[in-house]
Amino acid sequence: MSTPSLKVEDLHVSIEDKEILKGFGIEVKGGEIHAIMGPNGTGKSTLASALMGHPKYEVTKGNATFNGEDLFEMEVDERARAGLFLAMQYPSEISGVTNADFVRSAINAKREEGDEISLMKFIRKMDEKMNTLEMDESFQHRYLNEGFSGGEKKRNEILQLMMLDPKIAILDEIDSGLDIDALKVVSKGINQMREERKEDFGCLIITHYQRLLNYIKPDFVHVMMQGKIVKSGGPELAERLEAEGYDWIKEELGIEDETVGQE
Amino acid sequence: MTTETTFPVNQNDVTNFSKDRQEPQWLKDLRISSLEKVDALELPKPDKTKITNWDFTAFEFNSTVNATTGLSDVVKGLTGGEDKIKALISQKNGVTTYEKIDPSLEQQGVIFTDIQTAVKDHSDLVEKYFMKEAISYNENRLTALHAALVNGGTFLYVPKNVEVEIPLQAVYSHEGKFGLFNHVLIVAEENSSVTYIENYITEGEAVKTVANIVAEVYVANNASVNFGAVDNFSSETITYVNRRGQVNGKDAKLYWALGQMNDGNTISENTTYLVGEGSYADTKTVSIGRGNQIQNFTTNVIHFGKHSDGQILKHGVMKEAATSIFNGVSKIEHGATKANGEQTERVLMLSEKARGDANPVLLIDEDDVTAGHAASVGKIDPVQMFYLMSRGISRREAERLIIHGFLAPVVNELPIESVKEQLIEVIERKVY
Repeated sequence: MSTPSLKVEDLHVSIEDKEILKGFGIEVKGGEIHAIMGPNGTGKSTLASALMGHPKYEVTKGNATFNGEDLFEMEVDERARAGLFLAMQYPSEISGVTNADFVRSAINAKREEGDEISLMKFIRKMDEKMNTLEMDESFQHRYLNEGFSGGEKKRNEILQLMMLDPKIAILDEIDSGLDIDALKVVSKGINQMREERKEDFGCLIITHYQRLLNYIKPDFVHVMMQGKIVKSGGPELAERLEAEGYDWIKEELGIEDETVGQE
Repeated sequence: MTTETTFPVNQNDVTNFSKDRQEPQWLKDLRISSLEKVDALELPKPDKTKITNWDFTAFEFNSTVNATTGLSDVVKGLTGGEDKIKALISQKNGVTTYEKIDPSLEQQGVIFTDIQTAVKDHSDLVEKYFMKEAISYNENRLTALHAALVNGGTFLYVPKNVEVEIPLQAVYSHEGKFGLFNHVLIVAEENSSVTYIENYITEGEAVKTVANIVAEVYVANNASVNFGAVDNFSSETITYVNRRGQVNGKDAKLYWALGQMNDGNTISENTTYLVGEGSYADTKTVSIGRGNQIQNFTTNVIHFGKHSDGQILKHGVMKEAATSIFNGVSKIEHGATKANGEQTERVLMLSEKARGDANPVLLIDEDDVTAGHAASVGKIDPVQMFYLMSRGISRREAERLIIHGFLAPVVNELPIESVKEQLIEVIERKVY
């Protein structure tokens, strides 16, 4: 099996005719962990949503390929079935649909008709992953994200990630609103994926804070400002950002306002 | 009924029909006087749905069904195999083709029989209630037509202190142009309890016809009635269905669980009169509209009794070019102190052409009461769709999950397990 790859070039994305991403590029391969850092309002979450195909975001220029296929020619569900996953910052609540039913539907959506996952196998896997994420069994039978706390929703996103075995996962501010214990648990889940799947799993972590990167060691760190990557480096870049903030980058590059003008 | 269409039945037909069925004089008289009133009375006026051009006269009156027909496969799908049946009346085009009643019921004095037999064998008892209080023949043109032409239905009588454990089921099917005028009469005496489930279905091809259905439920002191229904007529059947509850008893309870799954134009009224002190009515309805059908679902709970409590919960899904109006009326009369009326109507629209409207109405003529309502009409949230699809679920399957989720708060709460299962099946079929 070839190593998965997500390649983005010169991406421009608008929301309601306002350009947010202005020439973004990156390549994430299986076995690699990339972190995208940056202050608020620089277009990080727009990137995540646009790559998954959120209906509110319009790609106006540039291209993206996923395992060599044109990503923007694929429907949202096709992207997912090809192995792209987005752990969302604000996942939807779906009343009346239980967590377990939903995850099983999602797993079966990837499989051929007549080759659905057996109930026993599903239950075993779900129990095992929930155990890793220290989630109470009752979450299986609760309606999808309905009435979940912020932290519970984040764990549930990682649970889905672990259940669906994607090739490339994008984590959109998965650390926001998590206490340190929850952060450790969520990181444990990602690290387990990384160890088990090796070259077959890549990850793009979008975060505001460096602290998540204490638990998930990135191979590459990128800084995003004004809707594109302005600086890239190794893990040491994240450490410097944690110690010194972003001002030195702005100074170095002569940037006054790092945002894309969002409120 | 417009003046240029010829009405398929005249007074002679009705007289002969009544005579053939060896009906008591009171019913024959009711038929004749109702028929005389038909032209003078107006069509009902369901709020926000215009029905003046609906043809309620396009039907044939004569049934040619043989009483030995037994259970068709379609009916078996609703009842299970014969070995599983404990209490069932199955009628096709008004003729009882199958009847099985657990002998223990008879020993307890329970009467569960077709309406034709009931008016002969229990004439006085039926007469005491038949279109007397819960509904009157002269309310409108369709109730008069109904009284004149009743040709099918069931009578269920539960004596004092009898608790019927097994659900009693009735299946009413129609086929061809036959116009079904079905009447269900349920009487639950003091301290009794019973569960009744009915199915309406079209067999064979969809043919232009009419169904005119009335149910009356009388609940005495401390009695409890569970009434479940799944209506599933074809796209060519124009339906008028009026289900009435007369909850006169103190602390009497009536639970309605209605699956309104007709494919044709439908006017459905469900009215409960809470007369007894501390009486209770709970109405749960689920509806799906599709094609070009026009439907009106009106639920009324009318409080007379002190401490009476009425609950209405209605969820509907509209697809394609279907139009549905959901009216909910909680009316609290003067003197019904400490009454409580709550209602929720929710409509989910799946297409640009679908039309849905939810109208909660509180009419309160008493100071010392509590009441509340909630209503919403909306489309599927594109962000929810994005979320589900982002996990690899197809658009179709994502819609299916959202629809099931939307109906789940009602379906999961339905008090009768078999109605719940049937509904889930019908929903599955109708949504796709």
